[in-house]
Amino acid sequence: MEALLSLAVKAIFVENLALSFFLGMCTFIAVSKKISTAIGLGISVMVVQSITVPANNLILNYLLAPGAFAWAGFPEVDLTFLGLISYIGVIAALVQILEMVLDKYFPPLYNALGVFLPLITVNCAILGGSLFMVERGYDFTESVTYGVSSGFGWALAITAMAGVREKLKYSDIPDGLQGLGITFISAGLMAMAFMSFSGVKL
Amino acid sequence: MAHKRAEMLVDPLVDNNPITLQVLGICSALAVTSSLQVAFVMAIAVTFVTGFSSLFISMIRSQIPGSIRIIVQMVVIASLVILVDQLLKAFAFEISKTLSVFVGLIITNCIVMGRAEAFAMKNPPIDSFIDGVGNGLGYGLILMLVGVIRELFGSGSLFGITILETVNNGGWYVPNGMLLLPPSAFFIIGLIIWAFRSWKPGQVEEREYKIQTVEAH
Repeated sequence: MEALLSLAVKAIFVENLALSFFLGMCTFIAVSKKISTAIGLGISVMVVQSITVPANNLILNYLLAPGAFAWAGFPEVDLTFLGLISYIGVIAALVQILEMVLDKYFPPLYNALGVFLPLITVNCAILGGSLFMVERGYDFTESVTYGVSSGFGWALAITAMAGVREKLKYSDIPDGLQGLGITFISAGLMAMAFMSFSGVKL
Repeated sequence: MAHKRAEMLVDPLVDNNPITLQVLGICSALAVTSSLQVAFVMAIAVTFVTGFSSLFISMIRSQIPGSIRIIVQMVVIASLVILVDQLLKAFAFEISKTLSVFVGLIITNCIVMGRAEAFAMKNPPIDSFIDGVGNGLGYGLILMLVGVIRELFGSGSLFGITILETVNNGGWYVPNGMLLLPPSAFFIIGLIIWAFRSWKPGQVEEREYKIQTVEAH
């Protein structure tokens, strides 16, 4: 339990997907102009992340890992090289299914999150989460924890960023820095702030 | 025709750079630039993937049904990335270790998808290939720029060869450790964007709010 808690804190603050690994930057910069949309996108990422990381963990352990087909009489089959294509397939399919389920059973939620869902398929934070899970060899419970908390970390970062940008638009910025430039620099300052969490150990 | 193609290759370098103007593919631009060698390998890998994915997608563009085109593009791109990943593991294992997940993340690099969707779906194969390579090079240019700054001033070397002798090795240069940490990449890209836009003022974004000037009477 303690190990899981420390994993969660690490994924949210110390190894924040957006601010220390720069994942999902395209959407992070593009959709952080208003707090309300940023929160919507953040929640969608969190939901998708907490489903896809464990799902890809199951795919890896029961279909791709060396010896996964031992029960069928092929103990030497190793399909790990198909990893990338299967993870992205799983992500695309899950997002599609999620979209349909939300549309059918939770229309208000669908209306709030619907626009963001297709964006999420190509968000590097989602694929990155799965790839980190593979690289660090998380087991199933760890991957559930990691999925939820890394998604939460990303949501936290984009919401904070949107808060900063809402105020920033009133300030007097040099012409060349206007828009994209100053956004990068403020993201850098936020990343520095998040680095101060790196000493935290549970 | 040849002239137009040359233009297509050069245009994404500065005038229409995917990173500074279109805000595409910045995830990996920030993450892999702390050493020049890694940045160089990444730039080649992305150029390869964008070029060939545009070529193949453009070749089959009239056969792809509109509703599933994203998945078809994904499959083409993912196969190319697997190829790159396996090649790196076979011939440059150390670098592939440092790049870790970022090779896989070329799949979701918006430049690749963006060029496939915006250009390759509408244009003939050769043009798409050139456009893909051009955008890959534009991305690579920024990557190398950031890489040079971060490695030269962060650890006093370029491609791992010592240029500025650091204090630890008995030299005179005190390395700026900040440049090896993630936040510095944000600052450097921000400043590069500033430099590009001061050079080409056409790229400056409109202000949402104008500062009111008060005239003295």
